Amino acid sequence: MTDERRPRLTARAAPYLLVAPAWLWLAVFFVVPIATVLSMSLMSGNLYDGYSLTWEFGNYAAAVGAYWEQIARSLVYGACATVLCILIGYPCAYWIAFRGGAYKNAYLLLLLLPMFVSFVLRTISWKALLADQGIILGTLKGIGLLPEDAYVLNSAPAVVFGLAYNFLPFMVLPVYAVLERMDHRVVEAARDLYAGPVRAFTRVVLPMSLPGVFAGVIMTFIPTSADYVNATVLGGAHNTMVGKVIENQYLVNNAYPMAASITFVLMAVLLVGIFGYARALGTDRVMEASAR
Amino acid sequence: MDSMTESAPAPVGAAEEAPPSADVPAIALEGVAKTFRTGREEVAAVARTDLEIAQGEFFSLLGPSGCGKTTTMRMVAGFEDPTEGTVRLKGADVTRVAPDRRDVNMVFQSYALFPHMTVFDNIAFGLRRKGVPRDEVRRRVGEMLELVELSGRGRTKPGRMSGGQQQRVALARALVNRPSALLLDEPLGALDLKLRQAMQIELKRIQRDVGITFVYVTHDQGEALTMSDRIAVMNKGAVEQLGPPREIYERPASRFVAGFIGTSNLLSGTVSDASGGLAAFPAGEEGTVRAATGAAVGETVEITVRPEKIALHTARPDGAGTRSRVPGTVSEVVYLGSATHYTVAVDTGAQGGTELTVYTQNSAGTDDGPARGDRVWLEWGPEHSYVLPA
Repeated sequence: MTDERRPRLTARAAPYLLVAPAWLWLAVFFVVPIATVLSMSLMSGNLYDGYSLTWEFGNYAAAVGAYWEQIARSLVYGACATVLCILIGYPCAYWIAFRGGAYKNAYLLLLLLPMFVSFVLRTISWKALLADQGIILGTLKGIGLLPEDAYVLNSAPAVVFGLAYNFLPFMVLPVYAVLERMDHRVVEAARDLYAGPVRAFTRVVLPMSLPGVFAGVIMTFIPTSADYVNATVLGGAHNTMVGKVIENQYLVNNAYPMAASITFVLMAVLLVGIFGYARALGTDRVMEASAR
Repeated sequence: MDSMTESAPAPVGAAEEAPPSADVPAIALEGVAKTFRTGREEVAAVARTDLEIAQGEFFSLLGPSGCGKTTTMRMVAGFEDPTEGTVRLKGADVTRVAPDRRDVNMVFQSYALFPHMTVFDNIAFGLRRKGVPRDEVRRRVGEMLELVELSGRGRTKPGRMSGGQQQRVALARALVNRPSALLLDEPLGALDLKLRQAMQIELKRIQRDVGITFVYVTHDQGEALTMSDRIAVMNKGAVEQLGPPREIYERPASRFVAGFIGTSNLLSGTVSDASGGLAAFPAGEEGTVRAATGAAVGETVEITVRPEKIALHTARPDGAGTRSRVPGTVSEVVYLGSATHYTVAVDTGAQGGTELTVYTQNSAGTDDGPARGDRVWLEWGPEHSYVLPA
């Protein structure tokens, strides 16, 4: 009897055994760190006397009170960079998907090629390129196209530009993926039904590609909002983003609970933003279109 | 937000533009050719073609894949620019007119429905682009849904419908615009056999009801024969034969047409006797093929005979007469219920054996026909020996 049951039991357990590594991974690398940071955010104390969990919810009020400006700035920079990524990335993805022909993969490779160079290194190169007397501004000033005191670095546009540059592929790829598998006959059908090229795009291609844009927005907005490399390298002292604040609290001030609270505030704001966005766009529509 | 504020000028070739006199063809191709360039190679998809399709006609472009039928249709729709020649819709030159400005609509093979819109919005798409008032849009879409028997399904998304239903939505989406011609690109290709046969009858009914010119692209000869008023059989970018189904079937203009339409039985030989407008050549032992042709003795002729025109006998039929009589051995018997298909190996001597297909109806009272391996005689009248042009 038991012999008959054994294979069935194994068969029933098989799916669980197969997902076990994934669960284990998530537990060790997601749940544990999140729980640690969460408990840390509710602690009080200092580095020398040690920290203890005192359910110090005041940490959150203090974090928001002291750093709301940096948090808001991060969201604004992230949003600007994301919009810039859509404006540059969508046409780029569209062109590769619809006009790339036999060279689609080559174009994608070109797009991804800079990613093979370290993120920090690329950002530092931009610092050199955009320096006040660097190759670009220096030349323009030399031929008199720019006034001597013109600058790009240490400004908000420099940070947004850097963010958009670094995260562009994360917008292009999901949009490309959706456009690429779109039945191009659908565009012809729109043209056949009296829609000009513009209307065919706005009524058919754009709505059908929204799931890709949605994915792209999530993949650029979250990391750009939390990024601190670009703000540090290209933004100077007056354009600090929240990532830099968290870094300082951890590594310079050793104020672990404060750093942890800011982290959670940022996370909460992003999550609320994403869910609100998904809702506004119509999740079922997104799911339905992406299921095709 | 789709609404009456958008209004587009009437498409070129629209019915309103010029009162169509009945003799102006709905579609005319004048010396139209299309060459595709792939790298350094030039491929002629359609060779100089002249075609006139009358108003209200059900016209089929029939041929194997790669014969140029779809390219021809796409040039009418405006998706391909002809390399040379002129495309006319109701007399108006539309060769360089964009697809959205042409008064023809297309039903795509993949249906190409808009997945993010409801069935209603799909069908209303063209009307809204044309700036038709909201009430009229609702009324006409409702009528269309009724015509294709999908009333009450207007709010469904096409992705939740069966292939047959999607097909009907695609048809409604094109028909609702009352174009001067409807172009259908293998619209039944994705459906299973039963549904396809039902839709063939349905399409023909709809076409009769709305009276719109249908141009139907297919590789399925059965489909073309069932529905069409006229068929253009295409091969290698050129029209091989143009005519009504019966003519195409019974008097194929070329060996290709004979082979492509239906099952063709080809026989050839050297004329040994020619008298009274009949030429005869020997086939098999003591067999003779007779055909109504002016060919002289010594000429080589090739004939085709349709499987259902052949009578099957177990003994040699009497009399000399004018009928063709060919002996052979049954090599295959396929029983289909209402009919039986035989394959008969004929020893034609000179070129070795050839096989002929024979269809017989299993009408009441007939006993079992010949079996595999039986010797039989095939017989048919001279009018059914159709001589292929040399």
